[in-house]
Amino acid sequence: MEIFLQQLVNGLVVGSVYALVALGYTMVYGILGLINFAHGDLVMVGAMVALQTMLFLMGAAPGMSPLTMLTLSLAVAIPVCMMLGYTMERLAYRRLRNAPRLAPLITAIGMSFLLQTIAMILWGRNYHTFPQLVSTAPLQPVAGVFVTPIQVTIVVGSALIMAALIVLVTKTRLGRAMRATAENHRVAALMGVDTNLIIALTFVIGAALAAVAGVMYASNYGIAHYGMGFMPGLKAFTAAVLGGIGNLGGAMLGGIVLGLVESFGAGYIEHMTFGLLNSSYQDIFAFIILGLVLIFRPTGLLGERVSDRA
Amino acid sequence: MKRSVVAVAVLGLGLSLAHAQETVVRLGSVAPLTGTISHLGKDNENGARLAIEDANAKGVTIDGKKVRFELLGEDDQADPRTGTTVAQRLVDADVKGVVGHLNSGTTIPASRIYNQAGVPMVSPSATNPTLTRQGYPGVFRTIANDVQQGGMLGKFIVGSLGAKTVAIIDDRTAYGQGLADETEKAVKAAGGKVVAREFTTDKATDFNAILTKIRGVKPDAIFFGGMDAQAGPMLRQLKQLGIEAKFVTGDGGCSPEMIKLAGDAINASAYCSMPGLAIDKMPGGPEFRNRYKARFNTDVQIYSPYAYDAATAIIRAMQAADSAEPSKYLPALKKSNFQGVIGTVAFDDKGDIKEGAVTMYQYKNGAWSPM
Repeated sequence: MEIFLQQLVNGLVVGSVYALVALGYTMVYGILGLINFAHGDLVMVGAMVALQTMLFLMGAAPGMSPLTMLTLSLAVAIPVCMMLGYTMERLAYRRLRNAPRLAPLITAIGMSFLLQTIAMILWGRNYHTFPQLVSTAPLQPVAGVFVTPIQVTIVVGSALIMAALIVLVTKTRLGRAMRATAENHRVAALMGVDTNLIIALTFVIGAALAAVAGVMYASNYGIAHYGMGFMPGLKAFTAAVLGGIGNLGGAMLGGIVLGLVESFGAGYIEHMTFGLLNSSYQDIFAFIILGLVLIFRPTGLLGERVSDRA
Repeated sequence: MKRSVVAVAVLGLGLSLAHAQETVVRLGSVAPLTGTISHLGKDNENGARLAIEDANAKGVTIDGKKVRFELLGEDDQADPRTGTTVAQRLVDADVKGVVGHLNSGTTIPASRIYNQAGVPMVSPSATNPTLTRQGYPGVFRTIANDVQQGGMLGKFIVGSLGAKTVAIIDDRTAYGQGLADETEKAVKAAGGKVVAREFTTDKATDFNAILTKIRGVKPDAIFFGGMDAQAGPMLRQLKQLGIEAKFVTGDGGCSPEMIKLAGDAINASAYCSMPGLAIDKMPGGPEFRNRYKARFNTDVQIYSPYAYDAATAIIRAMQAADSAEPSKYLPALKKSNFQGVIGTVAFDDKGDIKEGAVTMYQYKNGAWSPM
């Protein structure tokens, strides 16, 4: 039981980060039908810029409280990622909006390589230790389950951000314009929606989420690296497809489900298959679930609610 | 316009004249220069580069001609498929010898290509025993293999640490798996019990799921076969999950990077093994470290002394045979016997380094200190 609960916590923490990143994939897909493969690398840029800011602050203002430092570094990382998201859309994807679907897809993969390589040149090949400003020392264990303050912050923080995003998309004027553009951007334009602006804003919001996810991810594991965005990006993409790509609630659900499947998969796969499979099949397990969902529900878990997509 | 063409032509002529008396001999260096362990890859390449620059500075004459060595550095991304592609590229570029690759998983498939082309290779860091047991005449390594290292680790975990129950994790690479298997054998042989065998990948950062499972069986010690990029975060997560078992890892985790990545989670119950001697105990170690730092403005990670000696072994064999042709200098390479940075460099009949020592280290005051 103790192990079960611990795996539940592990899964929730990883799943929350996946969900946050998956939202960026799904928003862009919902509105443009484009899978922005460079989105995972925005996670990395967010973490790296935050790291750079923290190092600067530590030198410039030693003795600053960790919370202030974290807030300030987020205040730098988020706008930088937003600008980067905007730049990508403006310089690359907008020009390809009416091109065959393969062209923007390949461009997105190229963008991903570009961001990684630039980051490698700027920050070097080595791993960087990421200051863990929120404590990672476990709290008093409850029922044998160890939880750290950073894990609590990640789960609560992502939940709040996701709730805010839902409100933004369903209740505000901007959200309505986003939904209209997703429905049909030509018609939306005829109705007086500045679709170029809306699409740019979608990228910008997704990039902001990626920046937050990057800082969370790096703070949890205490490391940052120019290639760190690749795996969570891939997993988040899987989560978005699992939940039904283009659907906001689906991305969140998909992220959490994927996190839990991975964690329980690694923990129990050996017992479930009577020792036939072991934890080296951890990732396969997640993809088997993905395959099954797509076979029986080709649109993903929540895919049918197309009117909800942003 | 016309004048500039002439100028270029004259310049070109001048350059070719300057090189007329020099023969260029190309050597290859392959290691992952991008990806999760690119810091180790660059370290290997730097080691080989330093050896080549030393040889060029000293001036080497082969067959009456002055020779200038040139290093072709390739990136295999620690990926077996890319490894064979770049191996073929080096063969096509007519390299006369190769220092590399870094990982066992890339070195073993690449060795087949070098063998077909008759190009000798010396790996500074691939420790999987299979490498030198394929019957290829031109395959060497300057590092002790995992049979020696795993044997030492098993004895150490059960004997010196007194661990009765051991959990073993590997990253499913040829290196990590090979070392973990050898360690498992040695743990059992020494009377210890392996209570869990778990797996991760060489790209993972989250180990909470497998560590939680291991926590359930309460081992005395945990052994990880893999690289520092995983070992560091793994140690942090052990602490976050409240696991107090001793942590032991192999040479892949025996770097300054590992200590940096583990942050405040590392303490005196972390150990690692390293084939060969501590850099301070290597005959040429301290001097090498200073020269390396001066040349590349960064610290030695792990294997650059081995890469330096690997490149030196090839160059010395060419001098001894008075030929840069692989078929001619290979016998001399087999008979290598010189004092390198790491100590005496000599190979046994399989191509493994003779008397490959293994040293155990314990974490102490911010560094790995030899035990």
